[in-house]
Amino acid sequence: MYGLPDAEQRDEDRPEPPELLAEFDRLVAAETRIEPRDYMPDAYRKALIRQIAQHAHSEIIGMQPEGNWITRAPSLRRKAILMAKVQDEAGHGMYLYSAAETLGASREQLLELLHAGKQKYSSIFNYPTLSWADMGAIGWLVDGAAIMNQIPLTRCSYGPYARAMVRVCKEESFHQRQGFEILHTLSHGTQAQKAMAQDAADRWWWPALMMFGPPDDESPHTEQSMKWKIKRFSNDELRQKFVDATVPQAQALGLTLPDPDLRYDETAGHYTFGAIDWTEFWEVVKGNGPCNHERMEHRVRAHEEGRWVRDAAIAYAEKHRTGQGARG
Amino acid sequence: MSDERREWPLWEVFVRSKRGLSHQHVGSLHAPDAEMAVRNARDVYTRRQEGVSIWVVATADITASSPDEKDAFFDPAADKAYRHPTFYHVPEGVRHL
Repeated sequence: MYGLPDAEQRDEDRPEPPELLAEFDRLVAAETRIEPRDYMPDAYRKALIRQIAQHAHSEIIGMQPEGNWITRAPSLRRKAILMAKVQDEAGHGMYLYSAAETLGASREQLLELLHAGKQKYSSIFNYPTLSWADMGAIGWLVDGAAIMNQIPLTRCSYGPYARAMVRVCKEESFHQRQGFEILHTLSHGTQAQKAMAQDAADRWWWPALMMFGPPDDESPHTEQSMKWKIKRFSNDELRQKFVDATVPQAQALGLTLPDPDLRYDETAGHYTFGAIDWTEFWEVVKGNGPCNHERMEHRVRAHEEGRWVRDAAIAYAEKHRTGQGARG
Repeated sequence: MSDERREWPLWEVFVRSKRGLSHQHVGSLHAPDAEMAVRNARDVYTRRQEGVSIWVVATADITASSPDEKDAFFDPAADKAYRHPTFYHVPEGVRHL
Protein backbone atom coordinates (compact mmCIF):
# COMPACT_ATOMS: atom_id res chain seq x y z
CA MET A 1 0.00 0.00 0.00
CA TYR A 2 2.73 2.39 0.91
CA GLY A 3 5.57 0.84 -1.19
CA LEU A 4 8.48 3.02 -2.14
CA PRO A 5 6.93 6.05 -3.82
CA ASP A 6 7.93 6.86 -7.38
CA ALA A 7 9.16 10.27 -6.34
CA GLU A 8 11.81 8.63 -4.19
CA GLN A 9 13.51 7.29 -7.28
CA ARG A 10 13.51 10.59 -9.13
CA ASP A 11 16.78 12.27 -9.89
CA GLU A 12 17.39 14.94 -7.24
CA ASP A 13 18.33 17.61 -9.74
CA ARG A 14 15.38 17.06 -12.00
CA PRO A 15 12.90 19.91 -11.69
CA GLU A 16 9.52 19.08 -10.20
CA PRO A 17 6.96 18.47 -12.99
CA PRO A 18 4.91 21.70 -13.18
CA GLU A 19 1.45 20.17 -13.67
CA LEU A 20 1.88 17.81 -10.69
CA LEU A 21 3.34 20.59 -8.58
CA ALA A 22 0.32 22.78 -9.42
CA GLU A 23 -2.03 20.00 -8.28
CA PHE A 24 -0.03 19.56 -5.05
CA ASP A 25 -0.15 23.31 -4.36
CA ARG A 26 -3.88 23.33 -5.06
CA LEU A 27 -4.52 20.49 -2.59
CA VAL A 28 -2.44 22.18 0.12
CA ALA A 29 -4.15 25.54 -0.45
CA ALA A 30 -7.59 23.88 -0.34
CA GLU A 31 -6.77 22.42 3.13
CA THR A 32 -7.15 18.88 1.79
CA ARG A 33 -4.66 16.32 3.00
CA ILE A 34 -1.75 14.97 1.00
CA GLU A 35 -1.78 11.17 1.20
CA PRO A 36 1.15 8.72 0.95
CA ARG A 37 0.96 7.83 -2.72
CA ASP A 38 0.15 11.33 -3.98
CA TYR A 39 2.77 13.27 -5.84
CA MET A 40 4.72 15.57 -3.51
CA PRO A 41 7.87 17.64 -4.08
CA ASP A 42 11.05 15.95 -2.88
CA ALA A 43 11.78 18.82 -0.51
CA TYR A 44 8.35 18.39 1.13
CA ARG A 45 8.94 14.66 1.57
CA LYS A 46 12.40 15.25 3.04
CA ALA A 47 11.24 17.98 5.39
CA LEU A 48 8.46 15.71 6.66
CA ILE A 49 10.74 12.71 7.15
CA ARG A 50 13.17 14.92 9.06
CA GLN A 51 10.47 16.39 11.29
CA ILE A 52 8.48 13.19 11.91
CA ALA A 53 11.64 11.17 12.60
CA GLN A 54 12.88 13.78 15.08
CA HIS A 55 9.47 13.73 16.71
CA ALA A 56 9.46 9.90 16.90
CA HIS A 57 13.00 9.82 18.31
CA SER A 58 11.95 12.36 20.97
CA GLU A 59 9.14 10.08 22.14
CA ILE A 60 11.49 7.11 22.36
CA ILE A 61 14.36 8.92 24.10
CA GLY A 62 11.74 10.69 26.24
CA MET A 63 10.99 7.41 27.99
CA GLN A 64 14.39 7.49 29.72
CA PRO A 65 14.14 10.48 32.08
CA GLU A 66 10.81 9.20 33.42
CA GLY A 67 11.70 5.53 33.33
CA ASN A 68 14.37 6.57 35.82
CA TRP A 69 11.71 7.04 38.52
CA ILE A 70 9.36 4.08 37.97
CA THR A 71 10.97 1.90 40.63
CA ARG A 72 11.03 4.80 43.09
CA ALA A 73 7.50 6.16 42.63
CA PRO A 74 6.09 7.11 46.05
CA SER A 75 2.95 4.97 45.82
CA LEU A 76 1.47 2.15 43.78
CA ARG A 77 -0.99 4.62 42.26
CA ARG A 78 1.79 6.92 41.07
CA LYS A 79 3.78 3.97 39.82
CA ALA A 80 0.90 2.60 37.73
CA ILE A 81 0.28 6.07 36.27
CA LEU A 82 3.95 6.61 35.44
CA MET A 83 4.21 3.23 33.74
CA ALA A 84 1.11 3.97 31.66
CA LYS A 85 2.62 7.30 30.67
CA VAL A 86 5.97 5.84 29.64
CA GLN A 87 4.10 3.15 27.67
CA ASP A 88 2.20 5.92 25.91
CA GLU A 89 5.49 7.58 24.91
CA ALA A 90 6.57 4.30 23.33
CA GLY A 91 3.21 4.13 21.55
CA HIS A 92 3.58 7.71 20.30
CA GLY A 93 7.00 6.83 18.91
CA MET A 94 5.42 3.88 17.09
CA TYR A 95 2.62 6.00 15.56
CA LEU A 96 5.19 8.49 14.34
CA TYR A 97 7.65 5.97 12.89
CA SER A 98 4.67 4.42 11.15
CA ALA A 99 3.80 7.83 9.65
CA ALA A 100 7.42 8.39 8.55
CA GLU A 101 7.45 5.00 6.85
CA THR A 102 4.54 6.05 4.62
CA LEU A 103 7.01 8.52 3.09
CA GLY A 104 9.41 5.77 2.06
CA ALA A 105 11.78 5.87 5.04
CA SER A 106 12.45 2.52 6.74
CA ARG A 107 12.29 2.00 10.49
CA GLU A 108 15.75 0.46 10.60
CA GLN A 109 17.21 3.33 8.62
CA LEU A 110 15.65 5.94 10.94
CA LEU A 111 17.01 4.19 14.02
CA GLU A 112 20.46 3.97 12.44
CA LEU A 113 20.40 7.71 11.76
CA LEU A 114 19.42 8.38 15.37
CA HIS A 115 22.11 6.08 16.74
CA ALA A 116 24.74 7.66 14.46
CA GLY A 117 23.74 11.11 15.74
CA LYS A 118 22.60 12.16 12.26
CA GLN A 119 19.02 12.77 13.33
CA LYS A 120 18.10 14.66 16.47
CA TYR A 121 15.58 14.36 19.25
CA SER A 122 14.20 17.13 21.44
CA SER A 123 16.92 18.68 23.59
CA ILE A 124 14.69 18.70 26.64
CA PHE A 125 15.44 15.02 27.23
CA ASN A 126 19.11 15.79 27.78
CA TYR A 127 18.31 17.22 31.22
CA PRO A 128 18.46 14.92 34.26
CA THR A 129 15.53 13.95 36.49
CA LEU A 130 16.94 14.57 39.96
CA SER A 131 13.88 14.21 42.17
CA TRP A 132 10.36 12.77 42.17
CA ALA A 133 9.06 16.31 41.64
CA ASP A 134 10.67 16.23 38.20
CA MET A 135 7.97 13.72 37.18
CA GLY A 136 5.48 16.46 38.01
CA ALA A 137 7.41 19.21 36.23
CA ILE A 138 7.90 17.07 33.11
CA GLY A 139 4.20 16.26 32.87
CA TRP A 140 3.11 19.82 33.56
CA LEU A 141 5.73 21.82 31.63
CA VAL A 142 7.34 19.47 29.11
CA ASP A 143 4.15 17.71 28.07
CA GLY A 144 2.33 21.04 28.30
CA ALA A 145 4.77 22.56 25.80
CA ALA A 146 4.58 19.44 23.64
CA ILE A 147 0.77 19.68 23.51
CA MET A 148 1.01 23.33 22.48
CA ASN A 149 3.28 22.24 19.60
CA GLN A 150 1.23 19.20 18.68
CA ILE A 151 -2.33 20.51 18.59
CA PRO A 152 -1.73 22.55 15.39
CA LEU A 153 -0.02 19.49 13.87
CA THR A 154 -3.37 17.65 13.90
CA ARG A 155 -4.18 19.97 10.97
CA CYS A 156 -0.88 19.37 9.19
CA SER A 157 -1.14 18.96 5.41
CA TYR A 158 0.26 15.42 5.44
CA GLY A 159 -2.55 12.96 6.28
CA PRO A 160 -0.71 10.20 8.17
CA TYR A 161 1.19 12.72 10.35
CA ALA A 162 -2.00 14.64 11.13
CA ARG A 163 -3.83 11.43 12.07
CA ALA A 164 -0.96 10.26 14.29
CA MET A 165 -1.06 13.62 16.06
CA VAL A 166 -4.80 13.36 16.73
CA ARG A 167 -4.13 10.11 18.56
CA VAL A 168 -1.12 11.54 20.41
CA CYS A 169 -2.95 14.69 21.53
CA LYS A 170 -5.86 12.65 22.93
CA GLU A 171 -3.41 10.76 25.10
CA GLU A 172 -1.19 13.67 26.11
CA SER A 173 -3.75 15.53 28.15
CA PHE A 174 -3.64 12.80 30.80
CA HIS A 175 0.14 13.25 30.87
CA GLN A 176 -0.09 16.92 31.60
CA ARG A 177 -2.77 16.54 34.26
CA GLN A 178 -0.98 13.79 36.15
CA GLY A 179 2.14 16.02 36.26
CA PHE A 180 0.15 18.97 37.52
CA GLU A 181 -1.41 16.75 40.17
CA ILE A 182 2.00 15.55 41.38
CA LEU A 183 3.18 19.15 41.79
CA HIS A 184 -0.08 20.24 43.38
CA THR A 185 0.20 17.47 45.97
CA LEU A 186 3.83 18.33 46.71
CA SER A 187 3.30 22.08 46.85
CA HIS A 188 0.47 21.58 49.38
CA GLY A 189 2.50 19.13 51.46
CA THR A 190 5.34 19.64 53.90
CA GLN A 191 7.86 22.45 53.51
CA ALA A 192 10.42 20.00 52.17
CA GLN A 193 7.92 18.72 49.59
CA LYS A 194 7.04 22.23 48.51
CA ALA A 195 10.73 23.09 48.18
CA MET A 196 11.18 19.99 46.02
CA ALA A 197 8.33 21.11 43.74
CA GLN A 198 9.77 24.63 43.50
CA ASP A 199 13.22 23.30 42.66
CA ALA A 200 11.77 21.19 39.84
CA ALA A 201 9.83 24.16 38.42
CA ASP A 202 13.00 26.28 38.63
CA ARG A 203 15.02 23.75 36.67
CA TRP A 204 12.42 22.88 33.98
CA TRP A 205 10.90 26.28 33.18
CA TRP A 206 13.59 27.64 30.84
CA PRO A 207 14.31 24.35 29.05
CA ALA A 208 10.53 24.01 28.48
CA LEU A 209 10.46 27.45 26.81
CA MET A 210 13.37 26.36 24.60
CA MET A 211 11.34 23.38 23.38
CA PHE A 212 9.57 25.65 20.90
CA GLY A 213 12.84 26.07 19.06
CA PRO A 214 14.95 29.11 18.16
CA PRO A 215 13.36 32.55 17.75
CA ASP A 216 11.51 33.10 14.47
CA ASP A 217 14.29 35.10 12.84
CA GLU A 218 16.74 32.23 13.45
CA SER A 219 14.49 29.35 12.53
CA PRO A 220 15.59 28.20 9.07
CA HIS A 221 12.70 25.84 8.28
CA THR A 222 9.75 27.84 9.58
CA GLU A 223 8.81 29.85 6.49
CA GLN A 224 8.75 26.93 4.08
CA SER A 225 7.00 24.67 6.61
CA MET A 226 4.27 27.25 7.06
CA LYS A 227 3.83 27.57 3.30
CA TRP A 228 3.39 23.82 3.09
CA LYS A 229 0.97 23.91 6.04
CA ILE A 230 3.10 21.46 7.98
CA LYS A 231 3.53 24.15 10.60
CA ARG A 232 0.65 26.48 11.49
CA PHE A 233 2.22 28.83 14.03
CA SER A 234 5.77 30.13 14.40
CA ASN A 235 8.03 29.12 17.31
CA ASP A 236 7.60 32.47 19.04
CA GLU A 237 3.82 32.43 18.66
CA LEU A 238 3.57 29.01 20.27
CA ARG A 239 6.01 29.96 23.02
CA GLN A 240 3.87 32.98 23.87
CA LYS A 241 0.70 30.87 23.95
CA PHE A 242 2.44 28.46 26.31
CA VAL A 243 3.59 31.20 28.68
CA ASP A 244 0.11 32.76 28.71
CA ALA A 245 -1.49 29.41 29.53
CA THR A 246 1.10 28.30 32.09
CA VAL A 247 1.71 31.33 34.32
CA PRO A 248 -1.78 31.21 35.90
CA GLN A 249 -1.29 27.47 36.47
CA ALA A 250 1.91 28.18 38.39
CA GLN A 251 -0.07 30.58 40.57
CA ALA A 252 -2.64 27.86 41.23
CA LEU A 253 0.20 25.58 42.28
CA GLY A 254 1.60 28.25 44.59
CA LEU A 255 4.95 28.04 42.79
CA THR A 256 7.01 30.88 41.37
CA LEU A 257 8.61 30.79 37.96
CA PRO A 258 12.33 31.61 37.81
CA ASP A 259 12.04 34.78 35.73
CA PRO A 260 12.24 38.20 37.44
CA ASP A 261 11.08 39.86 34.19
CA LEU A 262 7.87 37.87 33.95
CA ARG A 263 4.85 40.19 34.11
CA TYR A 264 1.40 40.65 32.67
CA ASP A 265 1.17 43.31 29.98
CA GLU A 266 -2.37 44.69 30.27
CA THR A 267 -2.39 46.43 26.90
CA ALA A 268 -1.01 43.46 24.96
CA GLY A 269 -3.06 40.95 26.93
CA HIS A 270 0.01 38.71 27.20
CA TYR A 271 2.70 37.82 29.69
CA THR A 272 6.09 39.25 28.79
CA PHE A 273 9.09 37.21 29.80
CA GLY A 274 12.85 37.56 30.12
CA ALA A 275 15.54 36.68 27.58
CA ILE A 276 16.11 32.99 26.88
CA ASP A 277 19.69 31.73 27.13
CA TRP A 278 20.11 30.51 23.56
CA THR A 279 23.76 29.69 24.16
CA GLU A 280 22.62 26.96 26.54
CA PHE A 281 20.08 25.75 23.95
CA TRP A 282 22.65 25.44 21.16
CA GLU A 283 25.17 23.78 23.48
CA VAL A 284 22.62 21.08 24.35
CA VAL A 285 21.67 20.68 20.66
CA LYS A 286 25.34 20.24 19.81
CA GLY A 287 25.61 17.38 22.28
CA ASN A 288 26.98 19.15 25.34
CA GLY A 289 23.92 18.95 27.58
CA PRO A 290 24.06 17.18 30.94
CA CYS A 291 22.73 13.83 29.63
CA ASN A 292 23.27 13.69 25.84
CA HIS A 293 25.90 11.00 26.11
CA GLU A 294 23.98 8.91 28.64
CA ARG A 295 20.74 9.01 26.61
CA MET A 296 22.37 7.88 23.37
CA GLU A 297 24.52 5.28 25.05
CA HIS A 298 21.46 3.78 26.75
CA ARG A 299 19.42 3.85 23.54
CA VAL A 300 22.11 2.13 21.43
CA ARG A 301 22.77 -0.47 24.13
CA ALA A 302 19.06 -1.32 24.47
CA HIS A 303 18.88 -1.74 20.69
CA GLU A 304 21.98 -3.93 20.48
CA GLU A 305 21.04 -6.05 23.48
CA GLY A 306 17.61 -6.66 21.99
CA ARG A 307 18.99 -7.80 18.66
CA TRP A 308 18.98 -11.51 19.53
CA VAL A 309 15.31 -11.31 20.46
CA ARG A 310 14.42 -9.72 17.13
CA ASP A 311 16.53 -12.27 15.26
CA ALA A 312 15.04 -15.19 17.17
CA ALA A 313 11.49 -13.98 16.51
CA ILE A 314 12.05 -13.67 12.78
CA ALA A 315 13.85 -17.03 12.63
CA TYR A 316 10.88 -18.63 14.40
CA ALA A 317 8.42 -16.97 12.03
CA GLU A 318 10.39 -18.07 8.98
CA LYS A 319 10.69 -21.63 10.22
CA HIS A 320 6.93 -21.86 10.68
CA ARG A 321 6.21 -20.21 7.35
CA THR A 322 8.31 -22.76 5.49
CA GLY A 323 6.68 -25.57 7.46
CA GLN A 324 9.88 -26.84 9.07
CA GLY A 325 8.74 -26.22 12.59
CA ALA A 326 6.52 -28.49 14.60
CA ARG A 327 3.08 -26.98 15.00
CA GLY A 328 2.04 -27.08 18.61
CA MET B 1 22.25 -18.07 10.44
CA SER B 2 23.50 -15.57 7.88
CA ASP B 3 24.62 -12.09 8.83
CA GLU B 4 22.09 -10.55 6.52
CA ARG B 5 19.90 -8.02 8.32
CA ARG B 6 16.33 -9.16 8.41
CA GLU B 7 13.86 -6.52 9.42
CA TRP B 8 10.50 -7.51 10.79
CA PRO B 9 7.95 -7.02 8.02
CA LEU B 10 5.40 -4.21 8.06
CA TRP B 11 1.72 -4.88 8.83
CA GLU B 12 -1.29 -2.63 8.37
CA VAL B 13 -3.63 -2.58 11.35
CA PHE B 14 -7.44 -2.35 11.22
CA VAL B 15 -9.53 -1.94 14.36
CA ARG B 16 -13.26 -2.40 14.94
CA SER B 17 -13.95 0.20 17.58
CA LYS B 18 -17.26 -1.33 18.68
CA ARG B 19 -19.82 -3.89 17.61
CA GLY B 20 -21.89 -2.67 14.71
CA LEU B 21 -19.04 -0.72 13.07
CA SER B 22 -16.63 -1.96 10.43
CA HIS B 23 -12.88 -2.25 10.92
CA GLN B 24 -10.98 0.91 10.16
CA HIS B 25 -7.33 1.41 9.23
CA VAL B 26 -5.43 2.92 12.18
CA GLY B 27 -1.77 2.64 11.16
CA SER B 28 1.00 0.12 10.75
CA LEU B 29 3.62 -1.69 12.79
CA HIS B 30 6.46 -4.18 12.48
CA ALA B 31 6.18 -7.75 13.72
CA PRO B 32 7.86 -11.07 12.88
CA ASP B 33 4.57 -12.82 12.07
CA ALA B 34 0.81 -12.29 11.98
CA GLU B 35 0.21 -13.55 15.49
CA MET B 36 2.77 -11.16 16.99
CA ALA B 37 1.40 -8.38 14.80
CA VAL B 38 -2.01 -8.80 16.46
CA ARG B 39 -0.44 -8.73 19.92
CA ASN B 40 1.67 -5.69 19.11
CA ALA B 41 -1.36 -3.99 17.58
CA ARG B 42 -3.23 -4.47 20.85
CA ASP B 43 -0.42 -2.71 22.75
CA VAL B 44 0.15 0.05 20.21
CA TYR B 45 -3.39 0.86 19.08
CA THR B 46 -5.83 -0.22 21.82
CA ARG B 47 -4.32 0.88 25.14
CA ARG B 48 -7.59 2.64 26.02
CA GLN B 49 -10.17 0.13 24.86
CA GLU B 50 -10.29 1.62 21.37
CA GLY B 51 -11.21 -1.72 19.87
CA VAL B 52 -13.09 -4.99 20.20
CA SER B 53 -11.47 -6.68 17.20
CA ILE B 54 -8.20 -6.30 15.29
CA TRP B 55 -7.20 -7.29 11.76
CA VAL B 56 -3.62 -7.22 10.54
CA VAL B 57 -2.62 -7.52 6.89
CA ALA B 58 0.95 -7.72 5.58
CA THR B 59 1.53 -4.37 3.87
CA ALA B 60 3.17 -6.18 0.96
CA ASP B 61 -0.10 -8.06 0.33
CA ILE B 62 -2.21 -4.95 -0.26
CA THR B 63 -3.04 -3.96 -3.81
CA ALA B 64 -4.12 -0.35 -4.19
CA SER B 65 -5.42 1.75 -7.05
CA SER B 66 -2.75 3.96 -8.52
CA PRO B 67 -2.87 7.67 -7.69
CA ASP B 68 -1.48 8.43 -11.16
CA GLU B 69 -4.63 7.22 -12.86
CA LYS B 70 -7.05 8.49 -10.26
CA ASP B 71 -8.92 10.78 -12.63
CA ALA B 72 -9.39 8.20 -15.37
CA PHE B 73 -10.09 5.47 -12.83
CA PHE B 74 -12.87 7.24 -10.94
CA ASP B 75 -14.22 9.38 -13.80
CA PRO B 76 -16.88 6.92 -15.02
CA ALA B 77 -18.92 7.64 -11.87
CA ALA B 78 -18.65 11.41 -12.19
CA ASP B 79 -21.28 11.93 -14.92
CA LYS B 80 -23.86 9.52 -13.54
CA ALA B 81 -25.80 11.81 -11.29
CA TYR B 82 -28.88 9.66 -11.96
CA ARG B 83 -27.45 7.14 -9.48
CA HIS B 84 -28.43 9.51 -6.66
CA PRO B 85 -32.03 9.99 -5.49
CA THR B 86 -31.66 13.79 -5.57
CA PHE B 87 -31.46 13.56 -9.41
CA TYR B 88 -35.19 12.91 -9.64
CA HIS B 89 -38.04 15.35 -9.59
CA VAL B 90 -40.79 14.42 -7.17
CA PRO B 91 -44.11 16.26 -7.63
CA GLU B 92 -45.26 18.32 -4.69
CA GLY B 93 -47.39 16.47 -2.17
CA VAL B 94 -46.07 13.01 -3.00
CA ARG B 95 -44.87 11.36 0.19
CA HIS B 96 -42.97 8.25 1.29
CA LEU B 97 -40.94 8.21 -1.93
